[in-house]
Amino acid sequence: MIHDFGIVWSERDLLLSGLGNTTILSVLSAAAALLTGFALTPALMSKQPLLGGIARGFVDGMRCVPFLLFAYIVYYGLPSFGIRLDNWTSGLVALTIYNAAYMAEILRGAWAAQPREPIEAGVAFGFSHLGLFRHIVLPPLLLAAGPVIGNQMIQIVKDSAFLTIIALPELTHAASSIQSRHYVPFAAFITAVFLYWGLCLVIEAGVSSVERLAAARR
Amino acid sequence: MAGSRKVLDVAGVSKRFGDLEVLSDISFQVEKGETICVLGPSGSGKSTLLRCINWLERPDAGQIYLNGAQIGVSGGLVMSDRELSRIRTHIGMVFQHFALWPHLTVLQNLMEAPVHVQKRPKAEVRDEALALLAKVGLSDKRDAFPAKLSGGQKQRVGIARALAMRPDLLLFDEPTSALDPELVGEVLVVMRELAREGMTMVIVTHEMGFAREAATRVLFLDRGRVVETGAPEQFFSNPETERARQFLQRYAGDAVNGRRGA
Repeated sequence: MIHDFGIVWSERDLLLSGLGNTTILSVLSAAAALLTGFALTPALMSKQPLLGGIARGFVDGMRCVPFLLFAYIVYYGLPSFGIRLDNWTSGLVALTIYNAAYMAEILRGAWAAQPREPIEAGVAFGFSHLGLFRHIVLPPLLLAAGPVIGNQMIQIVKDSAFLTIIALPELTHAASSIQSRHYVPFAAFITAVFLYWGLCLVIEAGVSSVERLAAARR
Repeated sequence: MAGSRKVLDVAGVSKRFGDLEVLSDISFQVEKGETICVLGPSGSGKSTLLRCINWLERPDAGQIYLNGAQIGVSGGLVMSDRELSRIRTHIGMVFQHFALWPHLTVLQNLMEAPVHVQKRPKAEVRDEALALLAKVGLSDKRDAFPAKLSGGQKQRVGIARALAMRPDLLLFDEPTSALDPELVGEVLVVMRELAREGMTMVIVTHEMGFAREAATRVLFLDRGRVVETGAPEQFFSNPETERARQFLQRYAGDAVNGRRGA
């Protein structure tokens, strides 16, 4: 068994590049999903029935699709419509769109729970448009939604493992190459598990610092 | 011009919510340095009137002028949000439920709009904000977050925040109504001080003792109309209308003893 881990150690460059790719994938798609979620949130809260209905349909629909299936559709299905994306683009697009639905729903909930008066005070004090959003609306929203957004980021890290099926060289893909090359499944996969865990601990640390900021303001 | 400059001119303002006429044809003017107390029963339209002045509510009819410039409409068209925002920086507002920004410290609450909206230099704004905190007696709370303050402290921060904008006019929307009775006094002390210094203010309040003592004029609203207006002494001791008499009777204890206004 020790010998198996020795083999994994000898392939550390492959694992680390997988970890790097998983990190890049997760960070990029989490940021893009959060931004897309922000763009979707006003539509989700819109009183206009058509816009609200479309946004609601997308969010509810997306949350009921298994991610693996969605990744298949983006990579293997879209070419039938003439849209051919390479595996990196497919992976990023799938992770982003899928998680944007969750982010939008998280932000909608946090937004709806925000007290109206401080925002109105912002308007009364001359804030408008982007300035109002950036200085008055956004900071308390992020403090309130931070922990749940953190959870969703952990979900994104884990979902990214599915992208091994479209041959994206991320961490799971690296671990499974090592095991198939050397027949060390336990050592290879458990090492990957610990690396995922480490990544999640970093996110958790971020979440607790947001929580500390929020607690000081409650 | 000195001594009698018109700061606010409200001319024939009406507002309805659906079938309910909340304000009907309200007109009054405020001279520089005046303290106007708007009195009246709940639901008489006092808060809506205040919110129409800075166009948080858009009036259905009538005009509002601040220092001679019309608010909300320019060249016959409704102003853009940006134009409205620029005018709003000249009007400070104090809210019933404080409406402080929860993610910012007390000092940051005071500095936020002067720095980001008025684009004034940060150091200057900071010095002024610290002086204002001293004035409302909260220098030691400058780094506290609003959630850690008592209601009376929050409202004093609310007043200092409005003053930090160097407004030409201050609006108060029932500033003491959400406070425990024993905290009302500390807020009224600050307001009385401002009245004495000649700050131009329109105050919606139920504090009859304060109105009697600090107002230069009272405006009595009932069902969206100005029923009576005049000097506080005359209004409180000898109201002209039956409606005002009835209203004052319910507050008689407060007005005579100055109990809550002390």
